[in-house]
Amino acid sequence: MNWRRIWALNLRQLFVMRRSFARVTDLFYWPLIDLFFFGFLSLYLGRGEGAPALAGLLLGALILWDIFFRVQQGISVSFLMELWTRNFVNLFVTPITVREFLLAMMLWGVVKILITATLMTALALLLYGFNLFTLGLTLVPLIIGLIVFAWAVGTIITAIILRYGQSAETLAWSLAFLFQPFGAVFFPLSVYPEWLVRPLLLLPLPHLFEAMRAVLSGRPLPVDHLAWAFILDAAYLAAAFAFFGYMFSLARGQGLLLKVQE
Amino acid sequence: MVWDDTVIEVTNLTKVFNGTRAVDRVSFRVPRGERLGFLGPNGAGKTTTIAMLLGLIAPTEGTIRILGHPMPDGREAVLAHVNFSSPYVALPYDLTVRENLIVFGHLYDVRGLQRKLQDLAGLFGVAPVLDRRTGRLSSGEIARVNLVKAFLNDPQILFLDEPTAALDPEAADTVRGLLLRLREERGLTLFYTSHNMREVERLSSRIIFLHHGRIIADAPAEQIVREYEKTDLEEFFVALARSRAEGGA
Repeated sequence: MNWRRIWALNLRQLFVMRRSFARVTDLFYWPLIDLFFFGFLSLYLGRGEGAPALAGLLLGALILWDIFFRVQQGISVSFLMELWTRNFVNLFVTPITVREFLLAMMLWGVVKILITATLMTALALLLYGFNLFTLGLTLVPLIIGLIVFAWAVGTIITAIILRYGQSAETLAWSLAFLFQPFGAVFFPLSVYPEWLVRPLLLLPLPHLFEAMRAVLSGRPLPVDHLAWAFILDAAYLAAAFAFFGYMFSLARGQGLLLKVQE
Repeated sequence: MVWDDTVIEVTNLTKVFNGTRAVDRVSFRVPRGERLGFLGPNGAGKTTTIAMLLGLIAPTEGTIRILGHPMPDGREAVLAHVNFSSPYVALPYDLTVRENLIVFGHLYDVRGLQRKLQDLAGLFGVAPVLDRRTGRLSSGEIARVNLVKAFLNDPQILFLDEPTAALDPEAADTVRGLLLRLREERGLTLFYTSHNMREVERLSSRIIFLHHGRIIADAPAEQIVREYEKTDLEEFFVALARSRAEGGA
């Protein structure tokens, strides 16, 4: 593993960020729109009896959801950028390895979300009086769990784009939203029909968001949910890497590495 | 096998795409310091062969060894000492020239990057555009910036795909002169494609001609011209391309 090559890819993203309005918009505009929408919705819901807790749950879920979505998008978009700027061939005639390339994209996703989540957390506290840090140390494993699953989903999307080209790029923006209604993000697992709960528990998201709701509601951290989330995260990440490796070798065999940026 | 002399060894290299043999049992050796022109009509298999040499395409059959390492398995070791330039493979347009070269300098783990960047920018005449956005350069400037990128890691082998295609005659002549000088000074091996036969005659010490994925000639330019009873390389190339269009070999 050569860290200088990993740094090079992140430096490239920083250079782009410095002057690209679209990339800055990615970081701030949509997350803030979400925050304002859910913030005011929370204020409205907070008027009822016992509702302030519900409002906090919504804002907490929004910030954690954004961590998942932005990290996944960070990976997929940084890959797409190499295709849009027709830089893919240039990159893969340097000694960079597939592992370094993936790791660089994963780290960039984390850098982006550190900036966005910090801003969202601060604004949620200032504007709506919601303090995410009431989750205390629980916040750390929850965030790690979300980031790892986002890495897995981002890697799988990237592998599909590598194989099917830019016609598949819409997945970069859309696939994560498939998990929103089925990830128990804004509502508890008990809302779903009974037959659906078991399959949904094969995703890490319901475990992580159930854990968040438990802690924000003053209950102890459900360690079993957290443990399941991490076991599933590890399985999905390993599967994602294997899938990417398979797609990369397929693309290399079929000459797609030359064509993917066209 | 004497690896201090042979830098590229290709044996029975074959690539089949959907039943079509794009490259068909190609074998050749390239000694250190050679100036090899890799030629052929469009669709002859040049790009596929170069892509296999660079590890971008996996061969269907056959073996490649570059600087003693097998490809694509040894790509990390090989690509650190090899570089590639093509006017058809652009550097990211949204970065300045300097930013692009810094990124690639890190990717190639170049020591003393700033100094090297200044030296090469001066050598290839791109110092005045270092802080300009790459997307705003002329095609000639882009070609020269690509060459700066190609020399960043002091390559032992340089793969060039039509290196002067985007340049005016004077700039092309300057670049050819520079390439020959740098090859002489550094013992560099040049492996290039071009459709400019006068350029090929000037740059190459040996030519490999591909046709329908197979090598049909492998000799110095003057020998090929003599053997095929042509007046020059251009006439040989045209005759070959026309025979292909007519379905001949």
